[in-house]
Amino acid sequence: MPDSDRDIVVMTGIDKSFPGVHALQNVDFSLARGEIHALVGENGAGKSTLIKVLTGADRADKGTIAIDGRTVSPRSPLHAQELGISTVYQEVNLCPNLTVAENLLIGRQPTRLGFSINWNALNARAREYLKQLGVEIDVTQPLGSYSVAIQQMAAIARALVISNAKALILDEPTSSLTALETKQLFSVMRKLKADGIAIVFITHFLDQVYEVSDRVTVLRNGSLVGTYQTAALSRLELIRLMLGRTITDLDDMTAHKMESSHNIAVESLLEADDLGLSNSLEGFDLSLHAGEVVGLAGLLGSGRTEMANLLFGVDKPDGGTMIMDHKPVKDFSPAASIARGVALCPEDRKVEGIVADLSIRENIILALQAGQGWFRRIATKEQYEIADKYIKLLNISTPSADQKIKNLSGGNQQKVILARWLAANPRLLILDEPTRGIDVGTKADIQKLVLSLAEQGKSCVFISSELDEVLRTSHRIVVMRDRAKVTEFSGQVDEKGIMQAIAGSVS
Amino acid sequence: MNGSFSRTWSKLTESMLFLPTAALLLILIADFFLIPGFFNIEIKQGHLYGSLIDILLHGSPTMILAMGMTLVIATGGVDLSVGAIIAISSSVAAIMINPTIVGMNLTDPRLFINNPQYTWAPLWLVFVVPLVIATLCGLWNGMLVSYWRIQPMVATLVLMIAGRGIAQLITNAIQIIIFNDTFAFIGNGYYLFPFSLYVAAVVFVGAWLLTRRTSIGLFVESVGINYRSSFYSGINERRVKLFAYAFCGFCAGIAGLIIASNIRTSDANQIGMYTELDAILAVVIGGTLLGAGGRFSLMGSAIGALVLQATLTSMLSFGVPASAITAVKALVVVVVILLYAEQTQTFLRGVGKVSLRQEATR
Ligand SMILES: Nc1ncnc2c1ncn2[C@@H]1O[C@H](COP(=O)(O)OP(=O)(O)OP(=O)(O)O)[C@@H](O)[C@H]1O
Ligand SMILES: [Mg+2]
Repeated sequence: MPDSDRDIVVMTGIDKSFPGVHALQNVDFSLARGEIHALVGENGAGKSTLIKVLTGADRADKGTIAIDGRTVSPRSPLHAQELGISTVYQEVNLCPNLTVAENLLIGRQPTRLGFSINWNALNARAREYLKQLGVEIDVTQPLGSYSVAIQQMAAIARALVISNAKALILDEPTSSLTALETKQLFSVMRKLKADGIAIVFITHFLDQVYEVSDRVTVLRNGSLVGTYQTAALSRLELIRLMLGRTITDLDDMTAHKMESSHNIAVESLLEADDLGLSNSLEGFDLSLHAGEVVGLAGLLGSGRTEMANLLFGVDKPDGGTMIMDHKPVKDFSPAASIARGVALCPEDRKVEGIVADLSIRENIILALQAGQGWFRRIATKEQYEIADKYIKLLNISTPSADQKIKNLSGGNQQKVILARWLAANPRLLILDEPTRGIDVGTKADIQKLVLSLAEQGKSCVFISSELDEVLRTSHRIVVMRDRAKVTEFSGQVDEKGIMQAIAGSVS
Repeated sequence: MNGSFSRTWSKLTESMLFLPTAALLLILIADFFLIPGFFNIEIKQGHLYGSLIDILLHGSPTMILAMGMTLVIATGGVDLSVGAIIAISSSVAAIMINPTIVGMNLTDPRLFINNPQYTWAPLWLVFVVPLVIATLCGLWNGMLVSYWRIQPMVATLVLMIAGRGIAQLITNAIQIIIFNDTFAFIGNGYYLFPFSLYVAAVVFVGAWLLTRRTSIGLFVESVGINYRSSFYSGINERRVKLFAYAFCGFCAGIAGLIIASNIRTSDANQIGMYTELDAILAVVIGGTLLGAGGRFSLMGSAIGALVLQATLTSMLSFGVPASAITAVKALVVVVVILLYAEQTQTFLRGVGKVSLRQEATR
């Protein structure tokens, strides 16, 4: 029985359907004062939908919501805020061309005599709030000029600013944060918890679930699996509850990888010689071979994405040369790269990836079609075949290939973008954070997929902030720091050495 | 309400064609009750006559303009210069028929006096050259928008203002009356239906094939929705925009020939005035989002053009003075804005949802 002294939020029997999708079925969820409550489940399990129902962004078809023992029906996120629930949604929705301070305090600006905005006070307050999160930046700069991580922190700070919050909801807040930033966020979360605020924390990182949460609720396919004390649940058990199956051991991947390293071509497919772009990336040498996975390790902002953008021609280099198939590359543009057989699955899904109003099918065939040009249209039937193949391969949860991509869950959108680049059938595939927001089960599938692509003779570049993942998939690891390539590791991996190279400490 | 009704309803309201078709039906139903004889159609000398036929005849140029405008708006832009391009294309056609009127000594003026059917340039060139020039005008707009990165509104404003001046230079600011009957046929002739309707149909089918049987339509939508993602996907976003504006210019060229033919005159100062607004309105009624771009429907735009023309023809038949017509158009704009507002859309869909929910709780 829900205990109204302890529980701030009690949701019972929540049901929500979208056309063709039963997103939530009779789900119960309760949130106690002063707890950090993790919410986990596969991509499309219904986590974000449950949150949206609670915060009035979506309406439930059935079920009741009680806050502090009173039954309420949140009409809008604003209304939910008035009821004491503030939220940071999965997709950051702040205004990139307003300043950081404006974004934080919009609608609650300190005014002079109630009229004109007191800019000094506004900026000082914004600075103060961010400092509490361990972020010290110039708050008078446009938010868009900062990294995704900083934007994420700003969104969290904004949610905290909203006074009298009894509950704070964070939907995948750590998916683009560095380890250090995550630590800072956790310490803020613990502080809030000590103040009696309840926190819902959605993540696909199980380590983080164990590190910070008191209880964990598991959803699967829109149904509640259960709510557990985190400490009493083993990791394997948690995975089993989430997936409904146990996950095949990742260790045999290493053996597999060692074996496949014999297939690496001697001759290089692509050769960069002192390739660089001023103010972006220092000149670097790199050779990529068919049959090989090269991992790019480094902190956020270390130059990994910049390197990917140069290799794919998003940016034009102003120094050095690039040779592919023994011919110097002159035409740097995505279109020309695709024609050469190079593909890049970009880092920022929302801005560089999805075409929101197009269907899954159209999103998947987009790059393949662009490569074929205007007049060699892929027949509709073939489009469906391609789309259905990848929906199955990547386990994309959707009622049909005609669903608009914007109606998919975050992780499933990511899978569609990945499918777009697999469908383009490149010889060199550059993956920039391909597993961001993807659930544990599929993450392992994608890592295996990358290895099997290499086995088929493709060359892959794998970028990830998770060192584990890079170590597991890569034959060779390139370490980036401060917008330059610092070193390369091949053969037996030396994890400690890599970590030191990333951090830049000499020992 | 039963479930199958509400499901059909929600399918209907989600279709892009729902609102324009409903609007057209509503106008026609009102006409049926308010204007006696509105639906009468007679056959005289193998022609169809009647108010409905008038709608098709006079709606054709807007329909044609709307095809090009649809693509431009779908890329996230707008073309304000189609009226000016109409002036240019009709002026070029007029002086190619009779250059002596504007004082060009290219041929003997008496030829035209002796034979009103005489044309200086061969007739096929009278059609082709204006279309080529109109397409070049469109390309110019496209260049400004895609390569120079000028806001579409500003970029096309240049030609909107300059275009009429150019047309006046071409015609020496003289109204040119066109006597050639073959030229006059495209805007006045009939093969049972008005000839211009066949032209509109060809342009519609052509535009449809060009966008939907190739990948151009997909690229246009993709660029309109998210040009960065499109760029990363290897779509040449500039070329797509260039194409859309060029096609829009081409359509305006055709519309210019039809209008000039219909009134047997080219008047650089007045011809095609405000047609850009009609074309934009037709596209918006058709469900393509102005400003945002993205998903487009050529059929929706064609119906949108008919909605506009039906409103106009009904008003005239009803006896509304021509001077009040602009006010009526303004009213249409207001209604369209209200109808396409997010709230209304949600409300319309909600009508179906409520009944679904009742069904679920049962
Ligand atoms: N607006 C919508 N229209 C149609 N279907 C939707 C809509 N929003 C969500 N869905 C569907 O509801 C299901 C649950 O989605 P939800 O976003 O809650 O998943 P999630 O658990 O947050 O997943 P992820 O880990 O990928 O973020 C998915 O199958 C999704 O496709
Ligand atoms: Mg989600």
